[in-house]
Amino acid sequence: MNNDASPYKEILIKGIWNENPVAYQVLGICSALAVTVKMSTAIVMGLALTLVTAFSSMIISSMRKKIPSNIRIIAELAIIASLVIITDEILKAFFYDISKQLSIFVGLIITNCIVLGRAEAFALANNPVDSFVDGIANGLGYSLILITVAFLRELLGSGQCMGIPVIPNVVYDSGYQNMGLMVLAPGAFFIIGLLVWLKNSLSGINQNKS
Amino acid sequence: MGDLFSLFINSVFIGNILLAYFLGMCSFIAVSKNIETATGLGFAVIFVLTITSPVNWIIYHGLLAPGALSWAGLADIDLSFLKYITFIAVIAALVQAVEMIIDKYSPVLYASLGVFLPLIAVNCAILGTSLFMVERNYTFIESVVFGAGSGTGWMIAIVSMAAIRKKIAYADVPKGLNGFGITMIVAGLMAMTFMMFSGITL
Repeated sequence: MNNDASPYKEILIKGIWNENPVAYQVLGICSALAVTVKMSTAIVMGLALTLVTAFSSMIISSMRKKIPSNIRIIAELAIIASLVIITDEILKAFFYDISKQLSIFVGLIITNCIVLGRAEAFALANNPVDSFVDGIANGLGYSLILITVAFLRELLGSGQCMGIPVIPNVVYDSGYQNMGLMVLAPGAFFIIGLLVWLKNSLSGINQNKS
Repeated sequence: MGDLFSLFINSVFIGNILLAYFLGMCSFIAVSKNIETATGLGFAVIFVLTITSPVNWIIYHGLLAPGALSWAGLADIDLSFLKYITFIAVIAALVQAVEMIIDKYSPVLYASLGVFLPLIAVNCAILGTSLFMVERNYTFIESVVFGAGSGTGWMIAIVSMAAIRKKIAYADVPKGLNGFGITMIVAGLMAMTFMMFSGITL
């Protein structure tokens, strides 16, 4: 059983950390930046993308021998778009407020490079179960970055965590102010840039050890 | 007229599709290493956006919007949930058609844009513009102006980024920050400068 589990573990670690889609492969940053003003939207977006990537990888992988290679992009896009429509309808039905805040960015999962990238790079060459795990791993890697960025932006920008104020009033009384910049677009760029720096330095330390 | 002009300026500078809404980041990072290719891609994006935005407007308001099918006696039908799959198909088909037309009538332009045209089909700026156009209830003329303005804004951003990256090549950047990291920080500074335009009221 252990032998069967280890390749999945490997795929998971690769997707979440070693080859993190946002920080390492530079995929799918459009939405990573736009939905990270608050933790709640980031979590929902991460979840939506993980599910879409996992199921699209699985479906594309199970059809990989049937899809003619010259029209594969449009076939892949049709599968992904159908999954995104389902996700969008579910969000509208059960999380209406968050779906309003995410506005067009749920729809943009279709053109998110992670989904198509994993379909092209992994699902077309591997079996459905591996592809499903790979989709989950990359989706989680993306969510990890998304939630970290959202946590920092919400904490620094509005002094809240999941909508609950966490910075005590004493700090404000002594002159602390929320950084308005973090809520705006530039804050997202800076945080992603600095996170990539951090990640690159950490991987450097790991390599030196081994 | 004045409204359309202010919409154009707004979509180029204040609501820049790239620096304020983060759309089209993937190709922005990948293609901004060289000024010539950045300019080529920029023109291709303006071209495709100016066509796809009004075409998607016609399709959405003629077929998909709630009540749009009343001419066929089906006023109760709301097909707006199909907009994602329709828009992406329209964009992919249009990009393909534009590619063939340019190839036929202007081989010189085709040679300079050729490589980038297929890539545009999966550029989120194109789909994003169509979706914004629906969400903000633009009229037909406004959708043309918005498409052209977003494309111009995207091009200004990618060409200036390519110019800055050319300079960065000679700068002493910390090792871990080199490449993607410094590009994001530069993009952040650019977004800050573009925010200054929001003081303009037309």
